[in-house]
Amino acid sequence: MDLTYSDEERAFRDEVRAFLRDKLPDALSEKVRRRQELSKDDHERWHAILNERGWLAQNWPRAFGGAEWNAVQRHIFEEEAAAANAPRIVPFGVAMLAPVLQKFGSKAQQDHYLPRILNGDDWWCQGYSEPGAGSDLASLNTRAVRQGDHYIVNGQKTWTTLGQHANRIFCLVRTDPDAKQQEGISFLLIDMDSPGIEMRPIVLLDGSPEVNEIFFNDVRVPFENLVGEENKGWTYAKYLLTHERTNIAGVGFALAGLESVKRMAYAERRNGRALIENPHFAARLAQVEIDLMAMETTNLRIISAAAAGQAPGVESSMLKVKGTIIRQEINDLARRAAGPYALPFPSAALAGDNDPVGPDYGDAVAATYFNNRKLSIYGGSNEIQRGIIAKAKLGGGA
Amino acid sequence: MNFELTEERRMLQDTLRRFLSKRYDTETRNAILDSESGFSPDIWSDLADLGIIGALFTEAQGGFGGAGFDIAVVFEELGRAGVVEPFLDSAVLGGGLIAALGDTDQQALLAEVIAGHAHLALAHGEPASRYDLSRVETSAGFEDDKIVLNGRKAVVVNAEAAGHLIVTARESGDVDDETGISLFLVPADTAGVTLRGYPMLAGGRAAEITLEDVRLPPSARLGTAGAGFAALSDRVAAANVALAAEVLGAMETAVALTRDYMLTRKQFGRPIASFQALQHRFADLLIELEQARSAVINAAGHLAAAPHERDRQIAAARNLIGRIGRLVAEESIQLHGGIAMTQEYELAHIAKRIVMSDHRLGDTDTHLERFIALSYAQDAR
Ligand SMILES: Cc1cc2nc3c(=O)[nH]c(=O)nc-3n(C[C@H](O)[C@H](O)[C@H](O)COP(=O)(O)OP(=O)(O)OC[C@H]3O[C@@H](n4cnc5c(N)ncnc54)[C@H](O)[C@@H]3O)c2cc1C
Repeated sequence: MDLTYSDEERAFRDEVRAFLRDKLPDALSEKVRRRQELSKDDHERWHAILNERGWLAQNWPRAFGGAEWNAVQRHIFEEEAAAANAPRIVPFGVAMLAPVLQKFGSKAQQDHYLPRILNGDDWWCQGYSEPGAGSDLASLNTRAVRQGDHYIVNGQKTWTTLGQHANRIFCLVRTDPDAKQQEGISFLLIDMDSPGIEMRPIVLLDGSPEVNEIFFNDVRVPFENLVGEENKGWTYAKYLLTHERTNIAGVGFALAGLESVKRMAYAERRNGRALIENPHFAARLAQVEIDLMAMETTNLRIISAAAAGQAPGVESSMLKVKGTIIRQEINDLARRAAGPYALPFPSAALAGDNDPVGPDYGDAVAATYFNNRKLSIYGGSNEIQRGIIAKAKLGGGA
Repeated sequence: MNFELTEERRMLQDTLRRFLSKRYDTETRNAILDSESGFSPDIWSDLADLGIIGALFTEAQGGFGGAGFDIAVVFEELGRAGVVEPFLDSAVLGGGLIAALGDTDQQALLAEVIAGHAHLALAHGEPASRYDLSRVETSAGFEDDKIVLNGRKAVVVNAEAAGHLIVTARESGDVDDETGISLFLVPADTAGVTLRGYPMLAGGRAAEITLEDVRLPPSARLGTAGAGFAALSDRVAAANVALAAEVLGAMETAVALTRDYMLTRKQFGRPIASFQALQHRFADLLIELEQARSAVINAAGHLAAAPHERDRQIAAARNLIGRIGRLVAEESIQLHGGIAMTQEYELAHIAKRIVMSDHRLGDTDTHLERFIALSYAQDAR
């Protein structure tokens, strides 16, 4: 047992800090701090800065030009980046699709797509969910029928995050309707400019145009865009999910969120005294902080075991559940801390062209509270995760 | 003991529920939410014609209700339908303060409010006052026979629509003294009054108000100089009953929508209502909803009680409603899954109404503290 970082880990942290201090543009961190919507350009700018330093592809093997960080390094970066209000890395290309291509893609696919992900030539989105296939993803219905050297794709995807920025989508499609559900699914790469694709925005409850629904009407997809083997898509999708879950606890976001609540609570006044001195508020805050202190260690325990070659397995479900509960609790505290100034709708402030109504630390706190209800719904809902955890221990007895 | 509504109140409830289910569907409401004014003048005047505003005032005040249970019945229905029209601000707070303090001339405005022809807004909260009711920095001075107001008011709901603002200002005492606070009836177009308006997350509009050397005739004062706090807390108590009832109604809708969705949404080849993990959580919502209903009854039934007991009961209700409201809003969204995250879906609006009402006139913690102060003080034994 040693609760401190090693010398190398500390040196790495200093390096990350220096990088963030020198390279993270103020305009970006200011937007993140004030919970404003980032434009496509903002995201691309940050990706380019990271890529220049070789830190965009953090989990890629060196052979593919990645940094090949271990889990502790990734954790350190996540924590420092969140503390510095860096934009999050948009995961769809670099963290989700890339590992699948590296493991299952053809040489031609790797050579073509991987550099484009790093250079920002492609923006990928994730086409898994459908109106009828949420938690029960394997029941998906989007059909791909082979016709010569093309697939003809028909169906609908939904909840596609930031699809409005994307020029490509990776999709799960049904190629064998007669096989057992999981065995008739394939993994297809589709160009968003293809004729027959129509995308409509879905506005979320906080007013943000964050997700989309995408309709496929006789869309022709070249056969070479199939990843791996036909009807093996479920295996690849599950492999992708293990990568989707590496930063699943969101400890960095939680720590940064907690800091921001504290700043609010020192500045806000109740009966002329700082809110942080209010025993009820302080008790709520302390409870989350105590949970988070334990969570940080749980997270590090689990990811360093994974670094030592053990698969995180069911523990990643635990991190997902506890991590999202803690983050949502912090969002709730931020909303409370803002008091009556949580009431204004921050659309103007979100667009960055207006002064906040109240103190700027209160910007969009309520909107964020509502938006982050998604944390316990997506990426495998918390109910589904609890089912996985219970089943792992109760097994056939359940 | 009798927990039945009177015949009159049942009729009021029926009338309002029927009107809203016909005229205030999701589509209409979404259009209202997107509108520039933030509410529908048509709906407002139709509801006034139906007597809904009158139901919030006593006969002596020109209405035909005005008791805690009248307010609760009306606001529960408004909450059930997710109504964003400013009944709390123009009627319960604004009209209520004029009814309590106004002289004969000022009372004329009350008749206009009840008829649906005039809007009011209570300009009380300030940038640094949070939920502290007695904290008033805005000052009222005297110069050449004129009252002169200076200060800033924060998140004044319905300010842009209001023809008159009811402004609290300090004439004497320390910044958080209960004595020394006066109320003034200020025409919105008075020189020196500046509004910065904006929409609110859960619907409706509010404004930041700057008062810069606002000159008023002495007749603009509501009630006696420096003695406005009692009437203010009385009306805030009524508004807290209204808010609690509104959230109760909204929670009923949230739970009804959740029930329907659980029965229709299928995953893994069966309705999600068949998963026991979800059934138990749904059951908890039903249990808590009954608690919430009782809390509203307690609060409404004590609105006319002596201030100490009135405030204790109301603090209890709003604390409980705040806790349960959050649970119901969050659980309803979670049990739905992604669909509840979309702005278009009714639950999104309802959940926002529930949660954001905790930011008006004291949040869950403020009411807890108030309850403690009113219940556990050494000398209360
Ligand atoms: C903001 C947002 C962004 C998203 N981005 C993407 C994206 O980019 N790409 C993409 O493909 N998808 C995306 N999703 C979709 C997301 O993965 C799904 O919402 C998620 O899988 C849940 O599915 P559902 O919403 O259909 O809910 P449902 O599966 O219908 O679930 C409804 C409720 O039932 C519960 N439930 C379901 N099955 C069980 C069970 N067996 N036992 C107990 N409880 C159960 C759920 O936990 C939930 O509470 C996004 C969703 C959101 C909200």
